[in-house]
Amino acid sequence: YPYIYNRDGTELHCLKEHGAVLKLQFLRNHFLLASINKFGQLRYQDVTMGEIVGNFRTGLGRTDVMRVNPFNGVVSLGHSGGTVTMWKPTTAAPLIKMLCHQGPVSALAFHPNGHLMATSGKECKIKIWDLRKYEVLQTLPGHAKTLDFSQKGLLAVGTGSFVQILGDFSGSHNYSRYMGHSMVKGYQIGKVSFRPYEDVLGIGHSMGWSSILVPGSGEPNFDSWVANPFETSKQRREKEVRSLLDKLPPETIMLNPSKIGTVREAKKKEKPTKQEREAEMEAAVEAVKGFVWKNKTKGRNKPSKKAKKKQELVAKAKRPFLDQQLKGEQS
Amino acid sequence: MKVKVISRSTDEFTRERSQDLQRVYHNYDPNLRPQEKAVEYVRALTAAKLEKIFARPFIGALDGHRDGVSCMAKNPNYLKGFFSGSMDGDIRLWDIANRRTVCQYSGHQGAVRGLTVSTDGRILVSCGTDCTVKLWNVPVATLTDSDDSTDNSSEPLAVYVWKNAFWAVDHQWEGDLFATAGAQVDIWNHNRSQPINSFQWGTDTVISVRFNPAEPNVLATTASDRSITLYDLRMSSPARKVIMRTKSNSISWNPMEPMNFTAANEDCNCYSYDSRKLDEAKCVHMGHESAVMDIDYSPTGREFVTGSYDRTIRIFQYNGGRSREIYHTKRMQRVFCVKFSCDASYVISGSDDTNLRLWKAKASEQLGVVSIFLSRVFAVTLHPREQRKHAYHEAVKNRYKHLPEIKRIVRHRHLPKPIYKAASLRRTMMEAERRKAERRKAHSAPGSIVTEPVRKRRIIKEVE
Repeated sequence: YPYIYNRDGTELHCLKEHGAVLKLQFLRNHFLLASINKFGQLRYQDVTMGEIVGNFRTGLGRTDVMRVNPFNGVVSLGHSGGTVTMWKPTTAAPLIKMLCHQGPVSALAFHPNGHLMATSGKECKIKIWDLRKYEVLQTLPGHAKTLDFSQKGLLAVGTGSFVQILGDFSGSHNYSRYMGHSMVKGYQIGKVSFRPYEDVLGIGHSMGWSSILVPGSGEPNFDSWVANPFETSKQRREKEVRSLLDKLPPETIMLNPSKIGTVREAKKKEKPTKQEREAEMEAAVEAVKGFVWKNKTKGRNKPSKKAKKKQELVAKAKRPFLDQQLKGEQS
Repeated sequence: MKVKVISRSTDEFTRERSQDLQRVYHNYDPNLRPQEKAVEYVRALTAAKLEKIFARPFIGALDGHRDGVSCMAKNPNYLKGFFSGSMDGDIRLWDIANRRTVCQYSGHQGAVRGLTVSTDGRILVSCGTDCTVKLWNVPVATLTDSDDSTDNSSEPLAVYVWKNAFWAVDHQWEGDLFATAGAQVDIWNHNRSQPINSFQWGTDTVISVRFNPAEPNVLATTASDRSITLYDLRMSSPARKVIMRTKSNSISWNPMEPMNFTAANEDCNCYSYDSRKLDEAKCVHMGHESAVMDIDYSPTGREFVTGSYDRTIRIFQYNGGRSREIYHTKRMQRVFCVKFSCDASYVISGSDDTNLRLWKAKASEQLGVVSIFLSRVFAVTLHPREQRKHAYHEAVKNRYKHLPEIKRIVRHRHLPKPIYKAASLRRTMMEAERRKAERRKAHSAPGSIVTEPVRKRRIIKEVE
C-alpha cells in the first residue's frame, strides 16, 4: 500500500484503494496522484479531497515503468511488449500506443518542453523520440536502467554502477556523450534525478544516495512566481494557497494543452448515400404502415376514410426525405 | 581546470533587513510554466464566479419627494450635485455622497417636466405643465458640508410665463441659450422674458429636446408625431426629420462621438443614429420589455443607461445590440428618468415610487474603502496591488469569455418573474413572426419579397 507521511514522519494516510503499488507519480498542477500496481491497474486520486478520479485496467500486464510528461500532464507507461502507452484520467483507453522497442521497455523520460521522449529497452537500445510526429530521432546503443532529462536538456542514463550524461550541443537533437561517472564497483544504481535549478544530479543506489555536479544542467534564472529556491515560510504558505486555487480539473489533461480556448474543428458530416437514404425512407414508411387503427363506432368507420388517412400518413412520413432531396438538388 | 557550476549566494537572493521588500526575479520562458492555458482558464472561471459574488450594484435610495420623480438634471461643474423634479412641483438638490437633500425649490404649481443646469453651474432652469419657466440660484458648493440639514427653500431668480405647457428643457453645453419643448421649440436667453426664437414643423407637441455637446447650435427633438427632428439655430427653419413607426421618448447625444445620438423608443428598443445619415439606424439596441422612458450616455461615450416602463434599468454598450447589465428592485416601480454620473461610476434613476436610486455602473466594482474619521465619511482609493488584480481578472475573463462554462456564468442575470415571462413571451412571438416571414419568402417567387434590415425596418421616411 502507499502511505502518506508528514514532515515529521507521522503517517497521515494509508491509501488502500491503490493496492500493491509499483510506481507513484504526482501531477503537480492537477494535484493528482497516479499509481500503477502489480496487476497493471492505473489509478488517479485527487489528493486535495481524496476521491478516486480514474481507475483503469491497462490490459498489458505488469509494468513498473511510469512517467508523467510535465508539459501536458499525461501519464505514460512502458510495457513488457515494448509498447509505450499514454493515459489521461478521463478516458479508459490509452490516448497513444507506440511500439518503441523489440524487448521490454526498461526506462522512460520526458524533456521539459514536451517534444522529446527518451526510452530504453532491454535489447540494449536507447531511442530519442519526437512526440509531435511520433518518430525516432536518434538511436543510441546502451543499456539503461534509469533515464532523466534535466531542465536544460541533458539526458542522464544510468546502468549498473555507471552514469552517462548525454547532451545535444548543436540544438539539432543529436545527443552525444558529455560526461560519464562511474561509481564504486558493486553499487547498483536505482534511479537518477536532476535537481531543478541547480547543476546537480542525484543518484540513488543500493548503498544509499550520492550527488554529482553536472555543469550546464540546471536553469540558472529562476522565476520567483513559479519556483523560488530561497522562499521564506510565508511565501511557501502563500504559494500553496494560490496553487490550490489554481488547481486544474482533470479534464484539462490533453496531448496538446494549447488547444484550450481555440476553435474546435468542424466535423465533416458524411452525407448518406442514395441507397441509404432510400432505405431510411422505406423504413419510415414501414413504421407508419404498421399503425393500429382504432375501431370507430356509430358509422364513423368508413373504409374510404381509413384509406385516405393511411395515404396521408405515408405522405407525411415521406415528406422530410423528399424535402432534403429537393434542397440537395437546388444547392 | 576550472569548472563553472551554478552557485547562488544567499545574500544576493534574500533581503537584508526585514523592512526591505522581498526580491523578485523573472524568467518568462514558457517551458517553466506548463499548461499555461489551462491555468488561465481556471483563473477566468474563478474570476467570473467572484464577479458574480461581488455584484451588488445598489448603493442606496434617496428619499424625500412626495410624488413620482419626473425629471433629473446633473450639474456639469460639481460631481455630487444632482437635481430632481417631481410630479407635484417639488425640485430638490441632492448631495449624492451623503444621500440627503441640500436645497429644496418649491413654487411650481403642476408637474415639473424639465430641469437643466446652465454651463457655469450657477443657474437651474426648470419648466413645467403650468406654462412657466423658472430660473433658480444654485448654492455654491462649500468644501466642508455643513452638518445641519439645509432645507432652505429659495425664491426663483426669474419666472417667465408663456402660452403653452412645457414638456422639456435643455441648456446649451457652451453658451447662454436654453431651449424648451412644448407646442413648438422655443429658444430663450437667461435675461429675456420671451423666447428669442421659435421653431415649428408640423402641429404636434415636441416631447424632448437635447443640445449637441460639440456643436452649440445643433439640437435634436422628438415629437409626438413619431419623429426625430434636427435643428440648427443659425438657420431659420428646422434642418431634418426622420419619422419612425413609434414615438421616441428621449434622446441622448454621444459625448465622445457627437454626430451620433441614441433615441429611446416606445417599441422597447433604442435606436442609434448618425445625424448625418438618418435613413438608417446605426444600431438597434434590444432588451427592454416595455417602453423605454429615458436614456443617458456615460461621459466616456462607450455605454449608455436606459430606464424603462417595465421597472428595470439597463446599461448598453454604445455599439452593442444586447444589454450588458440589468438592474431591478422589488421596490422600484416605473422608471421615468435615468442619469449617468459625471465620473462614469454611478447611475441614478428616478422612478414612480418617489425615490431616486443610486447604483454602481459596474456592479462588482470595488469602489474603495469607506472610512469614517471624526464623524466624516472618507472614501479611500484602492491599493495598487488590488487594482492590478482587478485588471488581471478582467483581462483573463475577457480572453476566455466565449467558452461555454464561463459564458454561462458571465451572462447570467436574475430577472424578476414578470420580466422573465414577458421576455420569453416576446421571444416566442418574434420567433413565430420570423418563421412565418421566412416561409412566406421561401414559398414565393425568388426576389418578390425583399427583407428589410432591422436597422431600416422601423423608419418610415426621412424628410428634409
